[in-house]
Parts: sequence; C-alpha cells; structure tokens
Amino acid sequence: MSVSIWERSHASGQVSAVGPSDDDLTQLLTIRAFERKLLDLFERGMLNGTTHTCLGQEYVPVALEPLLRPADHVFSNHRGHGHYLARHRDPEGLLAEIMGRRGAVCGGVGGSQHIRRDRYLSTGVQGESLPVACGVTLHLKRAEPGALACVYIGDGTFGEGGVYEALNLAALWQLPLLVVVENNGIAQSTPTARNMAGTIAGRAAAFGIAHLRTDSVDLDAIRTLLAPAVAAVRQGRPLVAEFATHRLGPHSKGDDTRGAEEIAAAHAADWYPRYAAADPERFARLDAAARARIDAVAADVTGREPA
Amino acid sequence: MRVAENLNAALHGLMEHDPTVHLLGEDVADPYGGAFKITRGLSTRFPERVLTTPISENAITGVAAGLALAGDGAVVEMMFGDFAALAFDQLVNFAAKSVSMYGSRVPMRMVLRCPVGGGRGYGPTHSQSLQKHFVGVPGLALYETSPFRDNAEVFAEMLQRAEPCVLFEDKVLYTRAMYEVEPPFALRAQGAVAEVSLPGERPDCVVVAGGGVAHRVLAAMRTLLVEEDVLCTLLVPSRLYPVELELPEVDRVFVVEEGTAGGTWGAEVAHVLHTRHWSRLSGPVTLIHSADSVIPTAAHLERDVLVGAEAVHRTILETLRA
Ligand SMILES: Cc1ncc(C[n+]2csc(CCOP(=O)(O)OP(=O)(O)O)c2C)c(N)n1
Ligand SMILES: [Mg+2]
Repeated sequence: MSVSIWERSHASGQVSAVGPSDDDLTQLLTIRAFERKLLDLFERGMLNGTTHTCLGQEYVPVALEPLLRPADHVFSNHRGHGHYLARHRDPEGLLAEIMGRRGAVCGGVGGSQHIRRDRYLSTGVQGESLPVACGVTLHLKRAEPGALACVYIGDGTFGEGGVYEALNLAALWQLPLLVVVENNGIAQSTPTARNMAGTIAGRAAAFGIAHLRTDSVDLDAIRTLLAPAVAAVRQGRPLVAEFATHRLGPHSKGDDTRGAEEIAAAHAADWYPRYAAADPERFARLDAAARARIDAVAADVTGREPA
Repeated sequence: MRVAENLNAALHGLMEHDPTVHLLGEDVADPYGGAFKITRGLSTRFPERVLTTPISENAITGVAAGLALAGDGAVVEMMFGDFAALAFDQLVNFAAKSVSMYGSRVPMRMVLRCPVGGGRGYGPTHSQSLQKHFVGVPGLALYETSPFRDNAEVFAEMLQRAEPCVLFEDKVLYTRAMYEVEPPFALRAQGAVAEVSLPGERPDCVVVAGGGVAHRVLAAMRTLLVEEDVLCTLLVPSRLYPVELELPEVDRVFVVEEGTAGGTWGAEVAHVLHTRHWSRLSGPVTLIHSADSVIPTAAHLERDVLVGAEAVHRTILETLRA
C-alpha cells in the first residue's frame, strides 16, 4: 500500500502551511452536506426514485476543478452530484432536479443520473459516456484545440466493452480525453477483486495511454501531480487518472453489503476528519456555513411547486 | 443511375454542402470505399471528416452522438445492419434519449446507415432486416432507402429532424436503377410517400411496402393484374417510423416487408391504419413478411424463408377472394 501524499507530507512535517483555501474547503463541505441531506430526505420519505451519493469521494472533482477550463466538457455518471456541484456550484438546481421541483436543471426529466448543463452531461448507463466523449473530443480537437473532455467512471465500469473501444479510439486518434477513474474498490456490492482481473494501470498501458494513480486526499498534492499530464491531454495525449478512493455510504440507499470492518476502513481514509484536524477552527466555521446553506436550500426547494 | 450511386452522390453532396458532417465506419476509406462501395471517393475528397474505424460499432455510434452533441452532423455506416445490435445501447439509451431526457430539446443530427436484407446468401447473421427492433423508440426516426426517392432529399430530411435516424438500405437495391417502373404501372408520386399505380384506374387494394421489397411487390402486382385482373396501388413511405400515411379510396390494405414474423413494422402500420380508417376498411390490414425463422445461407432454403413476389401474389389474391 502506498502512503497518501497528504499523510506523507504530514508525517514529514511538510504540510503546506496554508492548507486548502476557504473556497476549496467550502466546496468540499457543501458537497458533503448536500449528500447527507439527500440521505436524510430519503429517510424521511421525501425523495422519489434512487440516488447514489459521493460521500468520501467529494475531493476528486474539487481537486480537478481548477485544472479544467470553461470550454472543457465534463461527463459524469450515476455518482455525479459532486461532479456537478464542483463544476456548477448549483445545489438549488440539482436538488430541484432530484425532487422534480421548479428550478430543476433538466425540468425533472433527468433526475439524479441524467443532468445536462452547458458542457456538463451525465448519464446512468455504465461505460456509455466514454465513446460519446471521444466524439466530443474529435470535435474539440478540430474546432477548439486546447479544450478537453473529462470523463468520470468507476472501477466497476471497466467491465464494459465500450470502455475499451473508446480507449482504443482515444489513443489511435490522439484525442484530448481525460478519464478520471474513481476506484473506490467496489461496484454496487461486488469488490473490485471479484470483478477485475489485472489492473487499471495495465489496461491503460495496453493502449499506450498515460496513467497516474493517487491515493492522496490533499487537493494541492493531487493538482501538482496531475497538472502536467492534464496539460498533455490538451495536446492530444489522453490520460487515465486513477483515484484510489473510498465510498463511505451505501451504493445507493440502505444497500451497503460490506462488513463493519470494511466500512470502518473507508471512514478511516476519509478526508473530512483529516481536514478538520489540520485546521479545526476554520473547518468548523466553514462546515457550519455549508450545512446552513444546504439546510436553507432544502427548505426552499422542498417548498417549491412541481417542475 | 443505380441506387448505390444515388446514395454515394447523396453523401458526396451532403459532405460538400455541410462542412460539419463527419462520416464514420469500418473500411469506409478509399480505395475500398465500404463493403458495398457506398462511401467511395469520400475519404479522398474529405480526408479530415471521413474516418475509417476499428471494428467497434458501440463506440463509433457513441462517437457520432458526441459529434452531434457538439453541434456537428454525423453519418455512421454499419457494415451490415445486423451489427446495429452492438450499437443499440448508444442509439437507444444515449442518442435518442438525449433529444429529450435533459428537459429541453437537444438537437442530435446523426444517421446510422444499415445495409439490410437477404437474397445474397450471406447467412443468418448478415441478412436480417432488423427494422422492427427500432420501432417505437422516442426520439428515433426510421427511414428506408427506396428506388423512388432521391437519397439527397432523404439525408437532408433526416438531418433536418435533428434527432437520431436509422436509414435501412436493402442490399438488393444497390444494383437497381432509380425511378424505374415498367408499364403499364407508373410512378405517380415521389418524395415522402412514393406511389406506383395504374394511371386513371381505381385500385382494388393498396400495398404499403418499404423500398427494399418494392420490386417484389411490383412483380406480384403485374401477375395479379395480368392473370387475375386484380389492380393494386403501391405506396412506399420513405420514413418508416413515425408512421404517416394517406390512404387512397380503398377498403383493402396489405403491408409487405422482409423482416421475419413477430412484432413487425407492418403491425405498427396496421395499427395506425386501423385507428384512422377502421370504418372504411372491409377487413383488417394484412401483414406479409418473411417466415418466423433465421435466414439460411443455401439459396433454396433462403428463398423459402424470405418474402417473395409469389407469396405477395398469393396472399393478396387469397385475401381478396376469401
Ligand atoms: C450498463 C449498466 N449496467 C449496470 C448498471 C447498474 N449499476 C449502477 S452503478 C453500478 C456499479 C458501478 O460501479 P463502479 O463503476 O465501480 O462505480 P461506483 O458505483 O463504485 O461509483 C451498477 C452495476 C448500470 N447503471 N449500467
Ligand atoms: Mg466503484
């Protein structure tokens, strides 16, 4: 097991004195508060359908956001609330979408898994967005050189053949494609060890595609690691960026099949207590503010008429 | 001009006049120009926009959807329409859905070209007419190449719809001439729904058929007229779905297609006609299609399964005389 960069820098006393900016921390905490609120609303029978929270994985899109530009496309999946919130900072629109209320980003048609706004798009069928992103990047390469498409997928999604068809095309056509793999070690109820032979690194290597892996939760460390490779993506050198991460909550709601030990391990790796410990006062202040904001959003949206 | 040349000319014209249009498919580049030579010359003229692809039907359909999302137009060639099964997810769950699932209309200008049909001895996995599997998908329109409509018009119309379209091209048409109808029948209307009839005469029945079986229906119409004094009018809709048909003054209708039995396109046509014209029909619309079978390779076995002129003749006669 590799040690996270954040831990390592702590251990050697080199943690950046500044820590995450207020804005970064607020983003992280807003996403966390949003996802917690969703589970809470579900428990109270106020949400329809299903949802997949990104609890534990919030830092991935927050770390990536400053590496992306407005012209870049983002493709998200079923576990996409954090991706959307990091990109558009719009908890009102997202919650309204999930609840089918006025102000819904997609009029309540798409719901949690099917969101489109500007150049952000999510869809609920695993592996479907990678080929689509190849088409978008083919367009970008010609019409808007320098722009890229960032596609979030999970470890389990490597079971889909379309993923390999798309990786092949991306390498072959030198497409500006950034594949962000959120490897949380599980797909619904199936641990990675039971559904993936070999490794994600090996898969990228098979196509001659660059691969980076990190288990850090330190935003700056992640950005420093990824920045040069993301710059290369813009020049048509695709990248698979693998985040070894942890799903804190159930797959969707009330469907966590993992043992207590495993869930405890996921919590032990969570960014939240680490960031809290690093700067308790500021953290508590920003956390309270983020929760208050999401409480207000929820109160507002639940009171709205149907979309 | 043959249908293959007309299709090829249509693609040349489309790519010339719309600089956003891309064409993708397996082996579509020159000098090969596609398994059926429909894309001949395109990669030489538009090397930037014609992409010969790996054998990845799922991905290339997704790529077309991505181009369409970004505002381009895209035409995908499935080498054989049978392989559209591998593109089903991208087409049905992504491209067609995207038109409306994000709450406001997302224009998706893309066409999946599918060479279909048997009669060439290609066997069970290279001879099917899979139209029926695509009927009834919201946001997905279906067209079939016909010898009676300029494909330039068809492509213009499909891209104009700004939703994904599938164009079924019966392979037996490729070597057939455009607009050719032997007297005494005459091509009386082209365009969206072509009409072939005997000028000035009131028909006994109407036969609705996709372009691919038009010649088989015409052969049956000839023998029915000459041997049995039964007069049919043929209607060939360019767009299969959504179904839009005006019926001439008749009380008997037949629908002919090469697809195999069960859940057919004809059943959809019949439903539309029953709903609209039940009171004036003297019997339900009669469906004529291939047998409930895989399509065998050996010529004599294949002939037994696929719908042919004799079956059309026999069914029409038996129904009218019943
Ligand atoms: C094609 C397809 N098959 C199955 C599903 C059902 N499903 C939704 S999420 C999921 C697990 C995905 O696992 P992974 O890619 O690791 O993402 P994670 O949920 O861990 O974030 C499954 C099986 C689906 N949405 N799409
Ligand atoms: Mg996973």
